[in-house]
Amino acid sequence: MTAPLVDISSVSHRFGQQTVLKNVSLQIEPGSYTVLLGPSGSGKTTLLSILGGFVNPSEGKVFIRGEDCTSVPPAKRPTTTVFQDYALFPHMSVGANVGFGLRMQGVDAATRAAKAREALGLVGLAAAFDKKPHQLSGGQRQRVALARALVIEPAVLLLDEPLGALDLKLRRQMQDELKAIQKRVGTAFIHVTHDQEEAMALADHCVVMNDGRIEDEGPPERVYARPATRFSATFMGESTILQGNVTETTKGTISVATPAGAILLPGTLQPGAKVALAVRPEHLVLGAAGGAIALGTAEVSDVVFQGSFKRVLAASTLDPALQFIARAPASATVQTGDTTAVSCNADDIILLTD
Amino acid sequence: MRALVRIASWLYALAVYGFIFLPVVVLVLFSLQATSFPIPPFTGPSLRWYGAVLSDTRLTSALVNSLLVAVLSSLAAVTLGFLSAWGFARFTLPSSALLRGLITLPLTVSYLIIGMGLLVLFNWAGVPKSLLAAGIGHVVINLPLCFAIIYSQMGDHQINIERAARDLGAPEWKVLLLITVPVMAPAIFAGFFLSMTFSWDEFVISFLLTRFDTTLPVEIWNLLRSGLNPKTNAIGSLVFAVSIVLVVLFELTLLRRKPA
Repeated sequence: MTAPLVDISSVSHRFGQQTVLKNVSLQIEPGSYTVLLGPSGSGKTTLLSILGGFVNPSEGKVFIRGEDCTSVPPAKRPTTTVFQDYALFPHMSVGANVGFGLRMQGVDAATRAAKAREALGLVGLAAAFDKKPHQLSGGQRQRVALARALVIEPAVLLLDEPLGALDLKLRRQMQDELKAIQKRVGTAFIHVTHDQEEAMALADHCVVMNDGRIEDEGPPERVYARPATRFSATFMGESTILQGNVTETTKGTISVATPAGAILLPGTLQPGAKVALAVRPEHLVLGAAGGAIALGTAEVSDVVFQGSFKRVLAASTLDPALQFIARAPASATVQTGDTTAVSCNADDIILLTD
Repeated sequence: MRALVRIASWLYALAVYGFIFLPVVVLVLFSLQATSFPIPPFTGPSLRWYGAVLSDTRLTSALVNSLLVAVLSSLAAVTLGFLSAWGFARFTLPSSALLRGLITLPLTVSYLIIGMGLLVLFNWAGVPKSLLAAGIGHVVINLPLCFAIIYSQMGDHQINIERAARDLGAPEWKVLLLITVPVMAPAIFAGFFLSMTFSWDEFVISFLLTRFDTTLPVEIWNLLRSGLNPKTNAIGSLVFAVSIVLVVLFELTLLRRKPA
């Protein structure tokens, strides 16, 4: 097994009294696209700043290509950052912006211009070489920032909410391009976002963060289908959460008492253990012809039409505090105030212990 | 009634602007006098006294001295003001607000007090009365001004630009020279031109701190001691013209908004 490209080892960080990172360890493989996903205040941006060298961690070490980079200044580490506000140099042309890193390395002007043009070509902006940043649109500035960071061939490219300032349509489009560019150049990208759709679309490796800790990490498909914690079950996509206690354990099957009734699941937990059962909206079945596990009836409190489907919120008649979040076909005739049976299949229940 | 208010407001405006500009108009008008006394009736226009000014070597050398002191002291003031503004804007300093207050304090102290203080200090330190001493005095009065102008324009939005430059491998002095200074150029030029204006017009400090070689305002004062003549008007008009040019440059650099 080869050494990871980036090895973050037991990093903690405090701003004054506030601890923003709590003993975080993370490894990044060469050529991977890693997304740090979390709400604001989860520490994801601080972790990125530590990787970029803008913040020195209170504890722990950062290794890049096996070298201890913990207190190496940004200028001397093999990382470059694409800032959220792009941070283009307003007084320089686009070409000079992209060539700046090479200029600092002492590369001659002709080579610099050639490489800058090549990098601009990579992001589809070859024609903008002589323009000034203020003549470009937000999406174009974003690409210039990307070209400027990539042209010096960093070991790791850090992206701090790079799509945050773009409108939704442009964001989805840039998302596809980012992924394509990453595959083409093969550089490891580490991308910070609070947008779970963006994370699922881009990541090879998705890291869910909350309150200074890594809640879950892995391929996005796995994180979505089998989230490790209750937080990642609700942050990375929505889930209906059933709180419960294990009442019985027999031969690999546990019985869990929940507000929606007793549910039998495969498992080996001791009786008395507190668990949470998560069900994704697309796995909840509304109506009589349902799944194997009945979850009682519920009164529909809200129906939101979302084009290809309807998002249905319903409160359980057994326990009004229990909110079901379900996804019904666009053609479903469900309405606010309806009472409907709710069920699901055992395979689709995610067992969370916390 | 309404017409009366209109007329009254016009008269008021006329009085205000007359009060402000009449002395300057009279000064410039009688600099064009053809005869030997700057008093009515107006006998010009004639450029005779401008010719006299430009052939007077004491006045022309004072003019060169003034320009030299203005340019060099403003360069020093703007450089020091920029560096201190950058320091305060980018680094967390202990009791930063107090130190910022102290740096701008000379703005509120009279030039006479500053001049006297410098006179005593230079006397004690053995620095002779000279253009250099006056230039140092001008740095003292203009540094707080440059600091205030540049500091007010140094926002947080430039922090990421500087970070990006560092991230791309720029050492600190290159970040300052290639990124911060060009981005801050409007404020830097504005500080420079305003310093030039103040140094160009300044009398008290120059009067106290120079002896043989002196600046134009001091030379004009020497001239005035021998009584009014159109020559003083001519040199005064020249000084005024240069000040106007500097103020216009200041306004153009600071107030011109860059296209977004």
